[in-house]
Parts: sequence; C-alpha cells; structure tokens
Amino acid sequence: MADSARAAIAVNRYGLGARPGELLHAGEDPEGWLGAQLAASPPRVAGAGLRASADILSQALELRRERRAARAGDAPASADAAVVMKIGQLFRPIYVDEATARIRTALATDRPFLEHLTYFWTNHFAVSVDKVAVLGVAGSFEREAIRPRVLGSFADLLLASTHHPAMLLYLDNQTSVGPNSLLAQRAERRASERRLGINENLAREILELHTLGVAGGYTQKDVTSFAEVLTGWSIGAQFGRLPGGVPGQFTFRPEMHEPGAKSVLGKRYADDGVGQAVAVLQDLARHPATAHFIATKLARHFIADEPPPQAVEHLQRVFLDSSGDLPSVYRALIRLKESWTQAFSKFKTPGEYIVSSLRGLEIPDDYAPKAFASFALLGQRIYAPGSPAGWPDRGADWDGASAVMKRIEWADALSQKLGSHRDAASLAPQWLGAGMSTATHASIARAASASQALTLLLTAPEFMRR
Amino acid sequence: MRSIKRRDFLCTGALAAGSVLFTSRIAFAGSGTRPRFVFVILRGALDGLSAVPPYADPDYARLRGEVAIPSPGAAGGALKLNGLFALHPSLAFLNECYGAQELIVFHAIASPYRERSHFDGQDVLENGCARAHAVQTGWINRALAALPAQSSARRGELGIALGQNVPLVMRGPAPVASWSPSKLAALDEDTLQRITDLYSADPLLSQRLADALATQSVAEAPQDEPMMAGADEHAPAQLLAAREQPNAKGGAPYKEIIHATARFLKSDDGPRVAVFDALGWDTHANEGGAQGQLAARLAGLDAGLRILKEDLGPVWRDTVVMVVTEFGRTAAVNGTRGTDHGTGAAAFLIGGAVHGGRVIADWPGLSARALYQGRDLAPTTDLHSALKGVLADHLQVSTRALESTVFPDSAGSKSLQGLLRA
Repeated sequence: MADSARAAIAVNRYGLGARPGELLHAGEDPEGWLGAQLAASPPRVAGAGLRASADILSQALELRRERRAARAGDAPASADAAVVMKIGQLFRPIYVDEATARIRTALATDRPFLEHLTYFWTNHFAVSVDKVAVLGVAGSFEREAIRPRVLGSFADLLLASTHHPAMLLYLDNQTSVGPNSLLAQRAERRASERRLGINENLAREILELHTLGVAGGYTQKDVTSFAEVLTGWSIGAQFGRLPGGVPGQFTFRPEMHEPGAKSVLGKRYADDGVGQAVAVLQDLARHPATAHFIATKLARHFIADEPPPQAVEHLQRVFLDSSGDLPSVYRALIRLKESWTQAFSKFKTPGEYIVSSLRGLEIPDDYAPKAFASFALLGQRIYAPGSPAGWPDRGADWDGASAVMKRIEWADALSQKLGSHRDAASLAPQWLGAGMSTATHASIARAASASQALTLLLTAPEFMRR
Repeated sequence: MRSIKRRDFLCTGALAAGSVLFTSRIAFAGSGTRPRFVFVILRGALDGLSAVPPYADPDYARLRGEVAIPSPGAAGGALKLNGLFALHPSLAFLNECYGAQELIVFHAIASPYRERSHFDGQDVLENGCARAHAVQTGWINRALAALPAQSSARRGELGIALGQNVPLVMRGPAPVASWSPSKLAALDEDTLQRITDLYSADPLLSQRLADALATQSVAEAPQDEPMMAGADEHAPAQLLAAREQPNAKGGAPYKEIIHATARFLKSDDGPRVAVFDALGWDTHANEGGAQGQLAARLAGLDAGLRILKEDLGPVWRDTVVMVVTEFGRTAAVNGTRGTDHGTGAAAFLIGGAVHGGRVIADWPGLSARALYQGRDLAPTTDLHSALKGVLADHLQVSTRALESTVFPDSAGSKSLQGLLRA
C-alpha cells in the first residue's frame, strides 16, 4: 500500500482524525509517525483546578460523615437528601472540568495515537459516572491510573487501576470484608445484625473484563477466592466505621482482609496481606488468556471488528514474550500488514466522530466546554459507558439508524455554524487523503454552499469511519 | 448541542469588538421613521428564469423545455407582471405585493462575479468587492459601521444574523448580534438528498438513512392519516412521496427564523438590519416547472415572506426586504431536467417602503446571440447599483461611504434612484 494510503490509516484509525497538516506530516513515514509518539513519557493533562482523587474523595467523605450524623440523630429526611445533593453539587462541576480537559487534550495533542491508546485503556478499565460515587473521580482515575502507564507494562496498568479509589468504589471493593477477618470476628462477637462478607464484583470483573476474558478458563471458585484475596483493598477515611489511612487514598485494611493462603487458577498464594492480591494480579497480567484477550481487543479496536486471527496471535505472542510491555505490543500492532490493508474499516464511535470532526476543523480548544454536551447528545457521554465492560467496540453497536441521523444532524449544525469559515474542498484531502472516494470529492465540489460542503465532508462514508 | 454565538467561537478582532455592549444610537438622518432592512441570501443559485419567467421572450419555452413555466392564463401558468415577465405560480404573496406596489423585480442582474463557483460567487455577493476573498468583511456590516452615530448610548447592535452562522455579509467592524434555534434541527431537503446520493454506494449507511427517514416520516405524519396501514406494496411509494415534499412538516421552512426576525425588528431597541439565508436552490436535476422541487422551495420562501409581513404589522411600512442569489442558471434545461450554474439572475425588493409594482430589467433576450458565453442570461443590471440605491435612500448611508468603504470597487456602478417611496 502506498504511503499516502497508509498515512490516511495512521491519522484516522490510529490517531484521532487528522488536524490539517497532520496527514502530510504522517505521510513521510506513517509507521514512524505512530512509533515516534510512543517514545517519550506521556504528557500530563493540563487544566486549571483539576484535583487529585484523594482530595476530592476526602471532601466527599466529610459530607458523608455529616449525612451519617444527620441520620443518627432525629434529623428529618430532608437533611439527608440535602447532603446527597451536596455530594452531587461537589462532584458535578469536577466531572465537567475533567471531561472538558479531556476534550481540550484531544483537540490539542500532537500525539493522537498515544491519546487514542489512553482512551482504549480507560475504556478497558472502565468506571462509569452513572454511579454517582465515581462521578467526581472518573476523570482523575484516567489522569492518575491510566495516562502515566499507557507506555508501561500491562501489569502496572492493572495494578494501578485496581488500586485506584475510583475502581474500588465503582466495583464496591472498599467495603468487602473477609468472612474470617478480624472485623468480621469482632462483628460476630458483638452479635451485630449486619452480616459482613465479601463482595466479588471487583474480582469477577478483573478476571472477566480486565485480564483473562470471559472465556479465560476461570471458575466461580476462582472468583470467590480472588475476592477473598482482594479483601482489605479499601479507601482511607478520617471518620466513619472504618477510620484510618489517608482519607480518599488507597488503604489496605488488614482487619478486613481474609486471612490465610488462597488458591486462584490452581496456584496457591501465601497470605502476606496486601501483597497477596498484588501477586495474583501480576500472574493474571502475564497469563496467556490475558495476552489473547488484550491482543483481541487491541486488534478489534485498531484493525477491524473481526480481526484477522493471525494478527491476534502475533500480538498475543509479543505480549507474552515482552511480559506485557505495552510499547512492544503497540509497535507489533503498527508493523502488522493487516493494520494497513483495509482503510476505514472501523465505524467511529460518537466520541471518535466528534473528536475527529473538531480536530479536522481546527476548532479552538476553548470550544471544549461546549463540545462536552455533544458527546451525550450523540450517545457517548464522557466517562459514562454505563457498565464495567466499557463502551462496545463493533460497528453494529454504533451504526443504528437514529444514531446515524443524529450524527448527520450534529454535523450539519456544526457546518452551519462554521459556514464559510472552513473550506471543505481543501480540508477533505487533508482529512481523508488517498482514502477519499471520487463520490465524496464530487459531492463536496458540487455543494451549493460552504456549509453544505462541510456537512457533506463530515457525513461522508469515509469520515463516518476510521 | 446548544447554540453557539459566533463570537464565542471564532474570535476575530472585529468580532471581539462585539463585546462592547454599548453602541451608539444611530440617527437615520432626515426621516422620522426607523427603517428596517432584511437581506435574504438564496444560496445555491436561484433559477431566475423559473422564478421570474420571461414568458413572452420568443426563445423561452424552447430553451427551457420541460422546466418552462406555462404562460399566464394556461393551466398552472405564471402570474403575469407585465407584457414580458411573470412570477412563478408559487409566488402568490410576491404577486400580491406587486399589485400593492410593494415589489420591485430585478432581472438579468448580477454582481461583478463572472465565474460559476457557488462559494466564490457568494463571497463576492457578500464582500461587496469585485472579486472573491478580496476582504474578510461584508458590505452590510461596513454600511452599519459608516452610519452616523448619535451620542445617547443604547444597548444592542444594529445588525443581526438569523441562523447559526453570521454570514460574511454581516461580518466586520460593526458589532452584530446573532440568533439561532438551540436544538438540533432536521436537515434541509437538499442537503439530505445530497447525503442520500453520497450514501448510494454504501449499503449500510444508505439503509440506515432510509430507516431514519422512514421513522421520521411516521413521527411527523398527521395523526388522522393511516400510515402504510397494511399496504406493503404501497409503502415504498408513500415514502417516496413523503421525501419529495420538501416542506412536509407544513409551513415555511424558515418559519422559526422569520418569526424571530420580525420579533427582533419590531423591538424598540432591537436591530434594524437582519440577514438570513436559505439553502436548496442548486437545481441541477429534476428542477420541476410549475410544480416540483423548485416550486416547493419558492412556495416556502413566499410563505416565509408573507409571515414576515404579517408579523411585522405596522413596521412593514418601514421595511425593505432584498432577496438575492449568487448567480443565475443556464438559459437552457440540461440533460437531467435541471439547470446548471449561470450568470444573470433575478432579485426581489419587497416591503412597505418599496416604490414597487415594477420590473427593473434591461432585458437582453434569450436568443443564442444574446446569451452570455452562449449559455447564460446576460447580466445587464449591476447588483451593486441596486444595493447602493437601497442603502442610500433607505438607510441613509452617505455616498462617500458607499463609494469608499461599502462598495470600494463600485465607482462605475451608478446608484439606482427611486427604489424607495418618497
């Protein structure tokens, strides 16, 4: 395939859609352009007022303490509702600021492949803001756990994700208690009506969604056992039932941890407290099923909905040979001939569609707060996949009639706003390069107005895909 | 997505000036009234030979073939203006205005632009210069900037753009307002048709689009009409019929924009000059004649202008509406029952302040010899002359400003006199 065609694939499918000039730049050496983005460590996300998860959560915990106090006394129900509202009021603007910073980064970055990989991993280790507990920390989760490790090892990513308060809250591990833990024994002695025990949500999702995959060969026994391993992985608080630790930060609570050696996937893990789960996670991270699962997801995301088996096998092998060194896997991915054979093989998600549109049109990044609402409008609210499985990744999940029509209407509205400020005829080759069809070219050339030409470019079959 | 004010979006220096909230009150010299001016841009090139058929021209019917509008008096015939010209039968309101002497029809009119690109043609139409991309400001804005200021401060801008975009004609040093409906709007039929065409080679997207449109047509169907009730073999035909009626929703396509225009212009402290545009005039195929694609669009425009007059009420007396397009279309019908990009166009000046009931045209004729480059209606009236006449007599823009800043290349374009009522 000619370099010009490869460049179109590089900027559209691997990047976030071409900003004007980017395609030309990538065209000199598309694979090299992608590879170079993996060289330096990931940049931090800038944004005034972005706060650390621990800071946000400790403030929320303080509000929760007020709520508990109100409940304990004779305070009316309205007082309780008022505190719930206060937590929402605390989280909502933080969420919007985080989402806005994410959009700004997407519009401004000159390492779009790296940013795209960040999205991939955030979606892989999904938390969703429709659970209010994580509304305030979904963005900081991405900034703290995911971004800094996208160019590290898979094991580091997995550990960071599992350690992060957002994940612990999202999958309910912060209150999971070993049935034979000190805390459970204490409760039993006091004949507490509240039964303490494990919550296997996090353990199951790690096995099913983060590592081995649903067909990865684990059993319910493994889930239960792994959940026991994970007991004690919690969040620090100053007050409440479980004081101790740094408020809002990961805290291992030995009194909640199920004592004893445990067996996961046939391997026995001695109990050394917090290290027991770390050991399991490290083994999971280099398990062949994990390698296969990650290879499949990467190939599905970057090559095609139904990726060629030989491509998946190759990535799996590289993953295993490199002990999950992610840059090695990414480099293997962009070297695969299958990565460059079929242009526009993926139907864009709404988020990809919006980001690529805004990048292509060189929308200034101060537009980010306004772009924020577009994601929800087109069906992909930021940080809200709605499930720990993350957003789905096949065309059929996104190309419904109403979704397509919404996208067209959104594109047309944007085009009308921009009107003659953008020239679709000169942008089209800079977005689509050699991938532009003659029909798209002709349609844009024949448009009756500048804004109509932009609509036709934005809604062109090629631009609906990447 | 919420509406975005252009100045939030593309901060040119000129628009940043819009952040100055207090602009000076304009005194319209020598008149006790406050003139209103509405500029309507028909983007895509209106076919002037169908909108204003020169029915008595000996070459008209022959050249136009199946898109020719029948002569006045025939079935579906044009609405007679004089011995040579008529209005398209869809333009009932304009015809009433003509009878009330509130409409001037211009024909064989053109801006200085002589090529056939929509974008450049519209650029010249709006920038007020002799060539495309000469400046980044528009003549209406420069005219507003040139008006004499009065010292009493009043909040608000004199100009407003209706729609999501501030068009070039309204951009420039004078602060202008903009307004648009805030929710995602359905696409205009022309754009939708083009997307449908663009998707024809893409089975997935064409199917999805067809599905979405079918759903919409059901959603929009009047409650008392049974939709495709048990008549499978008729369903495709019904869908087609629904798609071919551009204004299936009922009423004028610009209804919301026009209501808003009137609201703004009637307001005591509101703007005096409004601009909006309408798409869908690029009738390369299946243009239709007395009925069909263009007829429906003209009917929508006509209905919109009627609403404007009704909404404006007594303010109509002080109003001038100018309706223009970037260029005309070929004199002859093409091979796809439509017309291609041409040169000489038609334009309308409507309103209670217009000295109307006239056609202003130095008619060149449609003979092979008379056609511009052998294909287009030859331009014989200078659009800049007409615009200068309107700006001078209606908005009281000084001759000096008209010659120097508003239409800088127009020394040769003599201002048309007497377009407004004395």
